[in-house]
Amino acid sequence: MLSMVVFLPLAVAAVLVLLPRLSDSAVRWIWIAACAADLILVVVLWLGYAPSESGFSHEVNRRWIPSVSSGYHIGVDGMSLPLVALTSGLFLACAIYSARETRRVRAFAALFLFLETVCLGLFVSLDLILFFVFFDLSIVGMYFVIAGWGHRDAARAALKFFLYTFLGSLALLLGFIGLYLAATPHTFDIVELSRQNPLAGKGLAGALILLALGVGLAIKTPTVPFHTWLPPAHTEAPAAGSAILAGVLLKMGTYGFVRIVMPTLPDTWRRYALVFVVVGVISVIYGALVALAQRDFKRMIAYTSVNHMGYVILAVGAAGLVASSAEQARHLAITGAVTQMVSHGLITGALFLLAGALYDRGGTYEMDSYSGLAAQAPRFAGLTAIAAFASLGLPGFSGFIAEFQIFTGSLGGAPVSTAVAFLGILITAALFLRALQQMFLGEHRSPNGAFRDVTAPEAASIVPLLVLAVLIGLFPRFLLDVIEPAARAVSAVVGR
Amino acid sequence: MMDENPLALLPEILLIVAAVFGLLLGSYLPRQRQWLVRFVAAAACAGTIIATVVVWFRPDLTVFGDSYVVDVSTNATRIAVAAAVLLVLCLAPGEVAGAARESEWYVLVLLAAVGTIAMAGANDLMLLAAAFLLASIPLYALAGFGKDALGTEAALKYYLLGALLGVTMLGGVTVLFGVGGATTYADLGEGIGKAPGAAVAVGVIALMAGLLFKAGAVPAHFWVPDVAEGARPVVAAFVTTVPKIGAVVAIYRLVAGPLSSGSVDTMLLIAVVAAVTMTLGNLAAFFQDNVRRLLAYSTISQVGYLLVGVAAATGSELARPSVLLYLLGYAITNVGAFAVVCALPDAVTLDDYRGLRRGHRWLALSLVVCLLGLVGTPPTVVFAGKLTVFTAGLDAGLGWLVVLAAVNTVASLYYYLRWIAPAMRDAEMDGAAVVRPRAAITACVAAAASLGLGLLTGPLLALVR
Repeated sequence: MLSMVVFLPLAVAAVLVLLPRLSDSAVRWIWIAACAADLILVVVLWLGYAPSESGFSHEVNRRWIPSVSSGYHIGVDGMSLPLVALTSGLFLACAIYSARETRRVRAFAALFLFLETVCLGLFVSLDLILFFVFFDLSIVGMYFVIAGWGHRDAARAALKFFLYTFLGSLALLLGFIGLYLAATPHTFDIVELSRQNPLAGKGLAGALILLALGVGLAIKTPTVPFHTWLPPAHTEAPAAGSAILAGVLLKMGTYGFVRIVMPTLPDTWRRYALVFVVVGVISVIYGALVALAQRDFKRMIAYTSVNHMGYVILAVGAAGLVASSAEQARHLAITGAVTQMVSHGLITGALFLLAGALYDRGGTYEMDSYSGLAAQAPRFAGLTAIAAFASLGLPGFSGFIAEFQIFTGSLGGAPVSTAVAFLGILITAALFLRALQQMFLGEHRSPNGAFRDVTAPEAASIVPLLVLAVLIGLFPRFLLDVIEPAARAVSAVVGR
Repeated sequence: MMDENPLALLPEILLIVAAVFGLLLGSYLPRQRQWLVRFVAAAACAGTIIATVVVWFRPDLTVFGDSYVVDVSTNATRIAVAAAVLLVLCLAPGEVAGAARESEWYVLVLLAAVGTIAMAGANDLMLLAAAFLLASIPLYALAGFGKDALGTEAALKYYLLGALLGVTMLGGVTVLFGVGGATTYADLGEGIGKAPGAAVAVGVIALMAGLLFKAGAVPAHFWVPDVAEGARPVVAAFVTTVPKIGAVVAIYRLVAGPLSSGSVDTMLLIAVVAAVTMTLGNLAAFFQDNVRRLLAYSTISQVGYLLVGVAAATGSELARPSVLLYLLGYAITNVGAFAVVCALPDAVTLDDYRGLRRGHRWLALSLVVCLLGLVGTPPTVVFAGKLTVFTAGLDAGLGWLVVLAAVNTVASLYYYLRWIAPAMRDAEMDGAAVVRPRAAITACVAAAASLGLGLLTGPLLALVR
């Protein structure tokens, strides 16, 4: 069942490539149908979600490379299931949104379906090699999306993206090999490694492995100072590519921390948690400040991603700092971190799709070129305003639920850092309000004259994402009930 | 009791018989029918693979007075070499069909293949030297086969360097024989344990000179780019792939066997050679515009990664399976990349590949798979090789070398992307009009094999364990 969810998009991609002479509209419909079918499967998966004793549901464990104890081990728990759902939802939104795409539609659709398999596969992997395979392939897939369908300077941005994140993936691989060699018997199985806790009491080895894993995941997340690949990649990528990059691919980094690093290196994590707290806070503040300085709408959103991912890093770091008595705080921070991943995926995905709609009409992302759009395109203005408010963490939206839990959970362990990070919200509020004011209020001005309001495919792709963000904001229990048991399990492992 | 059962060498004998028979057959056939010789050669390769598979699970044995070992390494080399030669034979028609000396071309390829396998199986310095010559001399002739200026220059350069380092190697064999008192590896290991360190060091370094030349490793790598550029592409595919297999296995055998007991730190020696080879190969590949020179330097850097596994020979039990897996993956993927070059005889520079994906979708896809495969992107088989080689290296305590190899891998991505990016661009292709269909199909087959074998890593690794 789970394997079907993961590999259905790839199978459809193969059919798309192999079938000769498909019309573009047929390709679009097959693409949308495949994504929708996959989303339905995920919903069925969620309804049937019943974690077994091991904490995982729909677990599959097959031999793959027995000589190095690596297996095809997949399963979902409360941390991966929401991300799996986010992934399939966001890919469906991108498929609907890309109805406008006219350049090499077949290759575009096949590439996105391939990426969907890769992203889903990563979130359900319970084996380090399997995780790495998907991690690396996500980079390859996104490289071709940016290089093939990006804007003017796409080739350079794609190259930078590939080299930078590939460096991270190799650091990650070295860390994985280190974990493998430290375990007795040697294994790449995440569940087994977390049970063994192989580096307990081995100071230097643990620190080196944490360094390799930390750098690898921090590049992907990205956190300051490894974030410089992100703005050009986002700016040059096509809208759907940016939405996937920000909404799903960035989560791979933070997910790696809660799925791999914290359970397999709990002692080392506690010892060096302060480093991650500091990195998280710097990302929050620096990302917000740089976003404030941007004149380019898409770059601004890209930098708010650095800011939002910073909260996640702060939370997972603080979870390592909180003394073992504060079990409650630790588990709140981890729950908040996972909720933030989902929330950021929905909201930033919507924002990037809106940025794509903006570029489509005006041919530029420069905020100065636009003014008074609200009068001509009220629905566009409304959706952007909702997405912006959701992004800055207004109550009633998913971002509030996530950030509230992160701050409450982190305050006990890292009071100063949390207080400083709080400023990040203020700055994001300022920058979003300024952007809204600049673009939507005042005298009408737009590079190409009249500004068309959102079209049906745009609305069909963006509105559901925002509706979900509001739903999670108002009725978070259905999500938190799934996340909390898993967060409690991780928090127990880190605290032991 | 000495084991002199010739059937133990059936895979090698098949290739030799095919070479002799092919030469005779070729002299009696009209020029349009020379393809029969190619057929004979391909049949011999298939026979070699079958004969090897049949004996795969037999226990290791040494034959002919302990001079030749038939074990997993030899068997894996037999299969990798035969498979690579098969792929090269599929590429050959476009280049050599109807040429004046077509049958001789196939015969030279077969002889070099036998020499390569013999290097891998050699368990005696004398046999190693003989195998070295058998694996080298046909290649000098192949390099100059086109009889054009570039090819002749490449052949001459190749020959001179080969002759120099071959003689050096013979000197090394002599010194080691002198101080160790034996040439078979088993006795040699005991002998050099008691011998003076300086003499052993001189012998080892001189011996390695020849083997590193065959492997195309720094500092004996100068011939690689010239041959890859000067010789015909199909020859380049063969010369940069097949001899390396035998040479690396031969080095492995020496490092894991007799040289592990001496006072010379061969592990460190190989580790340093590996570090320098991968780094120099990568740096030199960075700004190459000629695709064949770029691939040549890439093959040099690949030897560097392979030698990481060799350096771990005594420190990790994963070392041998990892090297064998990497060799098999490298052979198929590298021939695949050269097959793309062979398929487009008019495309010389990276720029000529601009817009390849528009006209030749499958060829472009094969190129991407093979090049990303050489980087070590999962799920290709080179990834599995690299993963296990890195693991073996870390296990053997060569952390610095593995980190260097990882950094080099990232760097190598840059020049592979310099080739992939224009090929995948949406532009009219004007550089190359001619496409050789057979070579294109070979490229697709190699790319598919590289992916398929990657997914079958588990069983493969269990087989070479």
